[in-house]
Order: sequence, then structure tokens, then C-alpha cells
Amino acid sequence: METCPSVKNILLLDSEGKRVAVKYYSDDWPTNSAKEAFEKSVFTKTQKTNARTEAEIAMFENNIVVYKFVQDLHFFVTGGEDENELILATVLQGFFDAVGFLLRGNVDKKEALENLDLILLCLDEIVDGGIILETDANVIAQKVASHSMDAGAPLSEQTISQALATAREHLARSLLK
Amino acid sequence: MAQPLIKKDDDRDDEADYSPFLGIEKGAVLQEARVFNDPQLDARRCSQLYSSVLFRTDLGLFRVDSGYYQAFVSAESGRNLYKGQIEATEVFFAVTKLFQSRDIGLRRMVYLMIKELSPSADEVIIVTSSLMKDMNSKTDMYRANAIRVLCRITDGTLLTQIERYLKQAIVDKNPVVASAALVSGIHLLQTNPEIVKRWSNEVQEAVQSRAALVQFHALALLHQIRQNDRLAVSKLVTSLTRGTVRSPLAQCLLIRYTSQVIRESGGNTQTGDRPFYDYLESCLRHKAEMVIFEAAKAITELNGVTNRELTPAITVLQLFLSSSKPVLRFAAVRTLNKVAMTHPMAVTNCNIDIESLISDPNRSIATLAITTLLKTGNESSVDRLMKQITNFMSEIADEFKIVVVEAIRSLCLKFPLKYRSLMNFLSNILREEGGFEYKKAIVDSIVILISDIPDAKESGLLHLCEFIEDCEFTYLSTQILHFLGIEGPKTSDPSKYIRYIYNRVHLENATVRAAAVSTLAKFGALVDSLKPRIFVLLRRCLFDCDDEEPSEEPFDINSVPKEIKSQPLAEKKAPGKKQPTGAPPSGPPSPDDAYEKLLSSIPEFSGFGKLFKSSAPVELTEAETEYAVNAVKHIFDSHVVIQYNCTNTIPEQLLENVTVIVDASEAEEFSEVATKPLRSFPYDTPGQIFVAFEKPEGVTAVGKFSNMLRFIVKEVDLSTGEAEEDGVEDEYQLEDLEVVAADYMLKVPVSNFRNAWESMDPNGERVDEYGLGPRESLAEAVSAVINLLGMQPCEGTEVVPNNSRSHTALLSGVYIGNVKVLVRLSFGIDSSKEVAMKLAVRSEDENISDAIHEVVASG
Repeated sequence: METCPSVKNILLLDSEGKRVAVKYYSDDWPTNSAKEAFEKSVFTKTQKTNARTEAEIAMFENNIVVYKFVQDLHFFVTGGEDENELILATVLQGFFDAVGFLLRGNVDKKEALENLDLILLCLDEIVDGGIILETDANVIAQKVASHSMDAGAPLSEQTISQALATAREHLARSLLK
Repeated sequence: MAQPLIKKDDDRDDEADYSPFLGIEKGAVLQEARVFNDPQLDARRCSQLYSSVLFRTDLGLFRVDSGYYQAFVSAESGRNLYKGQIEATEVFFAVTKLFQSRDIGLRRMVYLMIKELSPSADEVIIVTSSLMKDMNSKTDMYRANAIRVLCRITDGTLLTQIERYLKQAIVDKNPVVASAALVSGIHLLQTNPEIVKRWSNEVQEAVQSRAALVQFHALALLHQIRQNDRLAVSKLVTSLTRGTVRSPLAQCLLIRYTSQVIRESGGNTQTGDRPFYDYLESCLRHKAEMVIFEAAKAITELNGVTNRELTPAITVLQLFLSSSKPVLRFAAVRTLNKVAMTHPMAVTNCNIDIESLISDPNRSIATLAITTLLKTGNESSVDRLMKQITNFMSEIADEFKIVVVEAIRSLCLKFPLKYRSLMNFLSNILREEGGFEYKKAIVDSIVILISDIPDAKESGLLHLCEFIEDCEFTYLSTQILHFLGIEGPKTSDPSKYIRYIYNRVHLENATVRAAAVSTLAKFGALVDSLKPRIFVLLRRCLFDCDDEEPSEEPFDINSVPKEIKSQPLAEKKAPGKKQPTGAPPSGPPSPDDAYEKLLSSIPEFSGFGKLFKSSAPVELTEAETEYAVNAVKHIFDSHVVIQYNCTNTIPEQLLENVTVIVDASEAEEFSEVATKPLRSFPYDTPGQIFVAFEKPEGVTAVGKFSNMLRFIVKEVDLSTGEAEEDGVEDEYQLEDLEVVAADYMLKVPVSNFRNAWESMDPNGERVDEYGLGPRESLAEAVSAVINLLGMQPCEGTEVVPNNSRSHTALLSGVYIGNVKVLVRLSFGIDSSKEVAMKLAVRSEDENISDAIHEVVASG
């Protein structure tokens, strides 16, 4: 209990249980098939529930899963059995609302796949290695959507080619060993 | 916006249109990939394409032959499509190219990609300088994200180089940058603790930050840096609980740390007040629900919590019970459920609110509510509660029902006087639909109640009897029959159970019939007054079995009944002594008249000569499966016949043209010569299939056979018993069967081993020594070798006295070709459990003596 609140995974599945975007932060599911089995079991057992107005909650294999559905998208956040359920629900709500902002209210699978880059960035801004980064949907969406050009930042062509040259030489050496 | 939910079929079409990732052609990606080489780089387009690669990573499809890889590589290098193997390194190079874009979104995708690819140290060099530049950028978003990426891929050396920047970042004005550095610090503490610990001044400063999440991350890191310093943690908690903590998440953390300090400080002060309890209690009035709940949960988990301390926590949890949010109701009832285990009285005030949750649409909440009530309920409320549960049970899934059954079991043990209504409840749900695990939980509960509550025994046993009248699970039927055999004879009127048991002998599959016969025998053995009646029944069930055999299979008449007959006969000889538990189909291991007759009645096998040996049946299916199959190996001079004894346990099925497809690729010296399928195979009528193999004469060939049942299955209408016209071909995989050296050895005892040994020609003796390696015990080693050889131990030498360091076993047998074989085995064991063995073989044929050595050497 002295540990920091942590998230084991965030899943975004479609209405047939297929992946739209998923991110795992825990080693509980080491292989891709273990991950898929978990997703399948979570999807199947929650499929018939009504999680459209309020987030719902269930336990799976000693994990707590909070979830919410909209259109043909199913949002899930998983934590350990001792985790504070309301913290997990806050993460879920942050993810759910941020996706809503980023897709400008058109939250469905088609729109999500067309803007998959935004969804992936969104996941990256919510949780880092299991630790909650941000739960305020407005802040998350702003961080993801800041697409303005930045004049001061670009790297010169030279820096990159130098780096590449150094690295290639380095690699060749390690291959010759 | 609100478009109607798309129907399944339409959805498919949409997918092809809209998802560039799911069914895309490789060529299309290549087409798309040109955007990377476009001088006017379309950043947004690139970014979207990029996500397709990440998307594939998520699918675990980051394969070297992926079209996406190729697209990136070819785009980057300007070469033609790269054929053959593509290294992740090359993808990585391609990715770094995109650093030239000024687009933040695209840059962020590059960051993500680097994290997903987790590059090697060699590769890290390429991006390090770019990332370090970004880390010093004026754009906060670049800085924050570059820090997170760098810290993810860094090693100790690189970390020392960037340490200065990270320390600055921790106290940066921009909260996003500060959080990025702090969270990275939390991760780095696992790998480079000595470096991160040097940052504690900066982290301390960040704890005072006005930005809510910075405070949260700083607090988490500071605590982890100091977690082994109890005093420091205590000081931290003391100062923060008095100060202001802005974010609810940080407040939750502080509550957790406070609980830790309370636990480690070891309980109450002199005045009876618990240090920091006031703080926890004040958190119950926080405006954020997550903090209120965290505090309530912390209070309920305090060591030796008093009722006075519990009360305010229970009060807020009670309010949550009627929340409109399912998560809140779930959290509250789950916590109360735990409290009810140790302080049931403290929860009773909430009983009315919890009762209303029985009808909660979220079944997890409803189940938690029920089991909480079962824990807090008093004797007078049991009946009312059971009524509510009865309605509820039909609506929930088996997994929840099992939880309820277990809770009812403990309730019954708590209020034994209420056994009648609880036992009735259990017997009612036992009659309803349900899967194996659920039924097993109920049966187990009834068995426990019968064992613990003497008054419940008679009614409980009758409930179980009624259940096996219509039980589809062989395992449960046999368990119950076994239990009846133990408990039934001890009741006041054992005779009333006989009818139920005897019915099983008629109506069930072989396993259950065997259990029923065995149980009848137990009644006969333990209850003298019933003995004559039981004998009649046992005799009668022999004839019934005869009638059951299908007349179209002439050999059946001789085989199965003979085996069954042996059991009651043994019973008659020694009533009241050892109880036979063996199932009827497990025939005797020696060659048997019945097998011999059976095999010679089949024309295909009549030319095989004299049957040398028939093995004991080997189960090829697990218990409780659709089709029960065991196999008997019949050994002839130059043939092996495998007899598959099958039972169809599905009433709704009639099987036809049943064969066993045998793959003998791992039994090279065997070739299949004949097979005798089963034409018709109705429910619950045992049938046999034979497959014959030829093997070289005089060679004791061994090998592994894999078996597959193949058949036409027809649905049977249970009301008419008629099977449908058309069937479907199907297969059913069975376990493998092995023919081993012991199959060629008959266990034939000799009356005087010493005389027999002396009378054999000493010149034909073969002696050698073997190391058996470390073994569990001497006895285990002895029995392993005896089993390997398949010979008859003589003069009781198979028994190894306890703590012996050495042992000699004498074995005799007849090898195929009717060669008499005698074996002396001398074993020794040392302190490290290494076992050595000397094997001396005498036989009428020295080649056979050599063969025996080979069996041991290869075994």
C-alpha cells in the first residue's frame, strides 16, 4: 500500500473486441497471446453491460477493470486488486474525455483509426511506465494537439548525418568483432 | 455526431474503407511512404502513417518481413524495396530521419517510436545528440518529452552526462517539464539509485510546488528515495499532514504513507489515541471522492482498529453505497465486505443500503452485497435473506454463484440451527442448471455441512442421492457414491439409500457403475442386516450387464461380463475385509481366456498365433470427457493388436463407423495390417475397436502411437430415441499409447527362486553394473526398475525396509517366445542418494539375457 498508484494497462477495443490501441505497463501479460487472451476475456465479460452513461467496474484475475463505452469503442483501464478504484476511474475518465476532445466529439472507431497518432500520443501523456502523468482531459488534449510549428527547434541536416555516420561506423566495428 | 450504431456487415465494409491498418496492401503503404522523401514533407500525413507502424507494434506484428518496415527503409534510403531480412536498426535509422521535421506532432511520434523500439546502446548514440538538443529547447513540450525518452533509453554513463539538466528540470517553472523529470526519476531509481538519490534537494523543493501533479510526482519520488529511512518518512508525513497538499492524487499518496507510519510506529499512545488518526479522519471530509475513499479504506485496514475509529469511515462508505456511480458503489461494498470479515457488527448499520444493492444491475456489486449480508446477518434474518437470494441466483453467472455458495456454507457453519433452510437452499440450486464448477461447489458444501453438523446428515445424504439420480457429471456421481459408502452405513436406516445406489448400476456409464457396485459392497460389508440383500443385488447386476451388451458384437458377450464377475466373487470370499475399488473394465494383467477368445473370434486376427500377453488397460482420455477410451495391448509373436475400449457418454449422440486413426511414425518397426471399426456406437454402450500391427518376429519392438478417434456423429432426439438421417464426420484426439519392453514380459512367479536360479546354466548369465543417478529413495529406485522390466518380484523382495542402504530384489518372468528369465538386482544408495545397481540375468537363451540388459541400459 505504500506504493504509488499504478495502472497496469489501458485498452481501447472496438465493438468486436479487436484492438484499436492498447498499452501495457505491467509484466503480468508477458506475451502478445497473453495480452490478447486478457483482452478477449475482458471484452467478452463486459460486452453486455451498459457502460455508456457511467463508468462500470469488474474484477478479472485479481485485477480491477474500469470501463466505459461510446458508439463502437470500448475503453478499459486495469489496475491491481488493491488499487483505489476511484483513481482508476479518474484515469479512465481522463482518457475517455481527452479522446472526445481530440476527435472533436466524433468518437467512433473510424474516426479513432484515422487519428490513431493522436490516440497513441494521448495514451503516452496519461500514463508513463504505469505512473499516472495527468488525468485532466483538457490538459491531456492540449498536450497532444499542440501541433504548432516551432522555429527554434529544428536540427540541422548536419547533426543528423554526422550522428548517422558515427553510428554506422560504430555498428560495423561491432559486427567485425 | 450521433450516428446510429453500425450493423455488423456494414461495419466490415467500413473497415476496408477507413482503416489503413487492418487490411492494407503492401504496395499502398509504399505509395504512401513517398511522403517521407517529399521535399514539402506533409507532417500530418507522415504522422498518420507512422501510427500505422506503432499500431503494428501493439499487435505484436513487428516482424522483419512486415511491409511497413520495408516501406520505411526504402523511403529513408531511397533504395528500391529492400528484400530479405531487415534489421530493426535500419528502421531505427529511418525513424531518426524524421527528426528533421519541425512538426511537433511528428516529432512526438518519433519519440514514441524510439520508446517502442527500445534501441540498443549502439543505436542510442544516433538519437542522443538530437534528444539532448530537444531537452534544451525553448519549446516546453519538446523538453518534457525528450527527457522522458532519454531517461527511458539511457544507461549509467549517459545519465551522468545529463544529470545536470535533469536536476534543473525537476525545479523547472513548467509543470510538464518538472513532472517528466520526476517520473523519469522514479523509473531510474530502480536501475541507478545512487544517482537519483543525489537529487533529493531538488525533489524536496518540488514537493512544495504549486502545480498539483508536480507535487504528486515529487512526493512519490521523495518517498521512494527515503523509503528505507523510517525517521525521514515519519518527518515527511508529519510536515505534510500539517501543510497543504493540492492534488487529490498526492493526498492519496500521503494517506498511504501515513498508514505505513502508523503501522510501523506500533499502535496507540498512552492516551489511547492513535497518532495521525485525526489526519485520516479529516481526509474523510475532503472534497475529492478518491481521497475520501482512500482514507476510509486506510482506516478500515488499521491494525486492531476500534469500533470508535471505524464509525466515521463506515458512515462515508454507507453514503457511497447509494451513489449513482457504479465504481463508487463497488468500491464501498467491496471495502465493507472486507470489514464484515473482522467486524461484522460495525457493518450491520449499512444492511438496508446493502440489501438494496442485491438488485444492482452490476452483478459484481450485487454479489458483493449478498456475501456481505451473509457475513453480517444474524440468525433471525437468515430466512428472509435466503428468500432474496433465491430470486437473485437465477440472474447471475456461475462464477458469482460459486462465491455465494461458499458464503452460505460459512453462514451455515456459523448458525448450525439454521441448517434446514440453508440445506434446502443448496439442494434447490443443485437441481437447477449449472456448470461443473458450480455443481461441485454445492456438492462440496453439502458434504462439509454433513460432516460438521450431525443433524444435517440424513437430509443432506438424501439430497445428494436425489442429485445423482439426474447428474450429468461422472466425477460428481462417483464422489457422491464414495461418500455414501462411508456415511450411509453409519446412519439409522442405511437401507433407504440402497435403491438410489442400485439404480446407478443400471443407468450409468462404466465408471459410475463401478463406483455404485463398490458402494453397494461397502454397505454389504458394514451392515450385517443388509448383507443378504446386497448379495442378491450384486449377483443380479451381473446379469443386467449381460443384457446391456449389443448382440451385434458377438465377442462382447465374453469379454466385459467376465471382468465384472471377478469383483463380487472376491467380495464373497472376504466380506468385511479390504474394499475393492477397481472399476470393472480394468481387467487382469495376465493373458486372459476372455481376451484370447475374443481375439480368436475375429477372423482378421485368427492367423496371429497364440496370444502372449494382454496389458492392463491404459486410459487414453481424461475423466469426464465426451468419449471415454482405454486401450489394451495384445502381444503376439509377430503382431501387436491394440484394443480400444470406448464409451460414448453423450446421450444426444449416436456415433457410426468409428475408427481409430493411428499414427505410428514414432513406432518405426510397426506397420498397420488390419483395423476393425465399430459400426454403430450408441450412448453408454461400451464398444471395442481393434487395430492390428505387424512387427518383425523375435524383435521386441517398442514405440509410441498417437491415436485419433474418427467417426460420423448423428444427433439423437432424446424424446423419441431416433437418430437423424444425416451425420457429420468428426474427430477426437486421444492420448498417445506406448509399447514398451515390459509388454513383452509375462509376470510368472517361481516357487523357489534359489533352486530355479541354480538350475539355470551359469554360462548364460550376464552381469553388469549401472548407475541410476540421484533418486528419491531406494524403494523408489527398486520399484522403477521392476516396473521397467515388467517382471514378477519373488519372495516379497519388492518391499524395501525403511532406511536400508542396500537391497536385493529377485524377479522372474517369461519373455516373449516363452523364454524363462530370472533376474537378481542388487541396489546400493549413498548419502547423496546416488543409486548404483548390479543386474544379473539368467535365462534359457543368452540373447534374451542380453536383451534384458539392453532394456535397462536404454530405460
